[in-house]
Amino acid sequence: MNALTQYIELYNGHKALLEGNSARLLNDCREGALRVLEGMELPAKGSENYETTDLQAMLAPDYGVNIARVPIDVNPAATFHCGVPSLSTALFLMVNDLYAESDSTREELPEGVWAGSLRRFAGEHPDVAARYYGKIADINNPVVALDTLLAQDGIAIWVRKGYRIEKPLQIVNILQNGAPLMAVRRLLIVVEDDAEVKILSCDHTQNPDVDFLALQTIEMHVGANATLDFYDLEESTERTSRLSALYLSQEGGSNVMIDGITLYNGKTRNEFHTVFRGADARLHLYGMGIEDRRRRLDNYSRIEHAVGHCNTDELFKYVVDDEAVGAFAGLILVQPGADGTEAYQSNRNIVGTDTARMFSKPQLEIYDDDVKCSHGTATGQLDEMQVFYMRTRGIPEATAKLLLKQAFMADVIDGVRLPGLKERLHMLVERRFAGEGGGCSNCRSACADREEEKES
Amino acid sequence: MLKVKNLHAQINGKEILKGIDLEVRPGEVHAIMGPNGSGKSTLSMVLAGNPAYEVTGGSAEFYGKDLLAMPPEIRSHEGVFLGFQYPVEIPGVSMVNFMRAAVNAKREYFGEPAMSATDFLKLMREKRAIVELDNKLASRSVNEGFSGGEKKRNEIFQMAVLEPKLSILDETDSGLDIDALRIVAEGVNKLKSDRNATIVITHYQRLLDYIKPDFVHILYKGRIVMTGGPELALELEERGYDWIKQQVDSEDK
Repeated sequence: MNALTQYIELYNGHKALLEGNSARLLNDCREGALRVLEGMELPAKGSENYETTDLQAMLAPDYGVNIARVPIDVNPAATFHCGVPSLSTALFLMVNDLYAESDSTREELPEGVWAGSLRRFAGEHPDVAARYYGKIADINNPVVALDTLLAQDGIAIWVRKGYRIEKPLQIVNILQNGAPLMAVRRLLIVVEDDAEVKILSCDHTQNPDVDFLALQTIEMHVGANATLDFYDLEESTERTSRLSALYLSQEGGSNVMIDGITLYNGKTRNEFHTVFRGADARLHLYGMGIEDRRRRLDNYSRIEHAVGHCNTDELFKYVVDDEAVGAFAGLILVQPGADGTEAYQSNRNIVGTDTARMFSKPQLEIYDDDVKCSHGTATGQLDEMQVFYMRTRGIPEATAKLLLKQAFMADVIDGVRLPGLKERLHMLVERRFAGEGGGCSNCRSACADREEEKES
Repeated sequence: MLKVKNLHAQINGKEILKGIDLEVRPGEVHAIMGPNGSGKSTLSMVLAGNPAYEVTGGSAEFYGKDLLAMPPEIRSHEGVFLGFQYPVEIPGVSMVNFMRAAVNAKREYFGEPAMSATDFLKLMREKRAIVELDNKLASRSVNEGFSGGEKKRNEIFQMAVLEPKLSILDETDSGLDIDALRIVAEGVNKLKSDRNATIVITHYQRLLDYIKPDFVHILYKGRIVMTGGPELALELEERGYDWIKQQVDSEDK
């Protein structure tokens, strides 16, 4: 049976309830999504760009969906404490797919930025929302179609023309429930011309023994000469599945950094679809995956140079251990007439055991003559001579390997343009490789430790 | 201190060491010389515990303990140091983190608490002076972008920090100009005492003008075929290795 059937039935059976708890703009897009899904065969595992992801299997379980918007009994401020030290952020919380009001209200936000519930945004600023919602993402993508069919809320961030927001915005997505649950959320990020904003989005799962599926679609519009940093950090559990589809449209002269960081996860597929619409724009697309046990991480990227004189710098790195599986498939597409394109793609991986697997597919498709492009991939083991050298200095083998794995990730972390986050990531990655726990409780203690260190 | 008896070792199935006998006592400096491919570097790798080499026979005792049974990091804690012919570059690992990990691993082995940041920086400063190592290198990745001379000085700096009982210096003179050679040799001499010992592996007699050996051993075809005093090195400089090769090869027949 097609795994999509249950979601179509769910929608048809509870349409009124679902729509009653959402916004008109979101509702208006559902029928289109339904038509796509009704005729859709999910891509089979092993098919083009789905070498390691089995969408059918990820969507098949009977997850609960909170269509009635039953409030979750959780005090976000009490359970969540994972601030980045030395980084003051305005915090926006999603508990499962419910927007949770927090201490960070709109009133505290700097002038020129609107951030909060997408549902409310669609009501308060229908023109802006309608201009971008459902317009950037491709409805024929199964993740986007399913998200469009079922999403009732999410987060919207709108930075008006010319406003440069210093204070980073942080989105925290918490999964918390006693029974298997699917969270369907949507992100809409609009950075108008000459505006600037930095966003950190963190995924956390509170219950390690419960199955979760997080479905998200992100649409981003970055206007002319605007700047956007978007860091998407996953720290979930082995029983969490995540399907994320990010769509970015970049106008001329814009500068975007997207960084997908997977520290802890279960089964994850992240897609990054980006397109340049105007000249002299830059994109840094970075990604990092630390996979062990039986975790799976699949990153797919499609970067389209539709116009000339734009610059892409893409770097994905993985460390895969135990029986984990990593996959990277990246396409840089240079369209006819995109003269002066510069695009570089690199994927480098360390496979630590005989049973771990890494799949890598770097791709360039170039339909223009006047370009500078390169791509490359390398997968290997830690350098034995480096390990031995360190051991002769008394550094135990495990520590030596730890230091080398950290060093391997250093350039991805150093690409981070939020100074507080960069330091914190170095520490998180160090702890990750040292096998020192994960999840929010450890994260909280880590923050406390650091604050003590700073004081002393 | 070190007693090596009839040591055999191979790499990738090829036997390189074919019965090494060597005894080193505290306060001594031993020079091991020999033509290319005689097994000099293999001997240093085997004594330091490189897992790529397989010991197929014989024994090596270090202060009565079975050296060959110890992993490389324990050999280091117990006091064996190898100065590499080709110091390894480790991009992304800073010299400071590298040395802190090394110092604290040794302290942990002996049940001592980790060194405080202040004491550690003081130690680094003090030991850097011995080989005139530039402070700037401390913030760089291990050996990355170091010149040949800096790499070798960095080896002696690490030796100074770890204070080994036995230092094995593998071709420390290779790739050094005369000034760098003098600095490295002076560093070694400053660290010398009647409680530690040095094995200097070298191609040329030149280094031995600076580091005076008590014994000179000639390694050929995986065995020590001749042992003498400093005068043997001078004789080699004059006559080359051919007369030794001929002598050994004729005995083998």
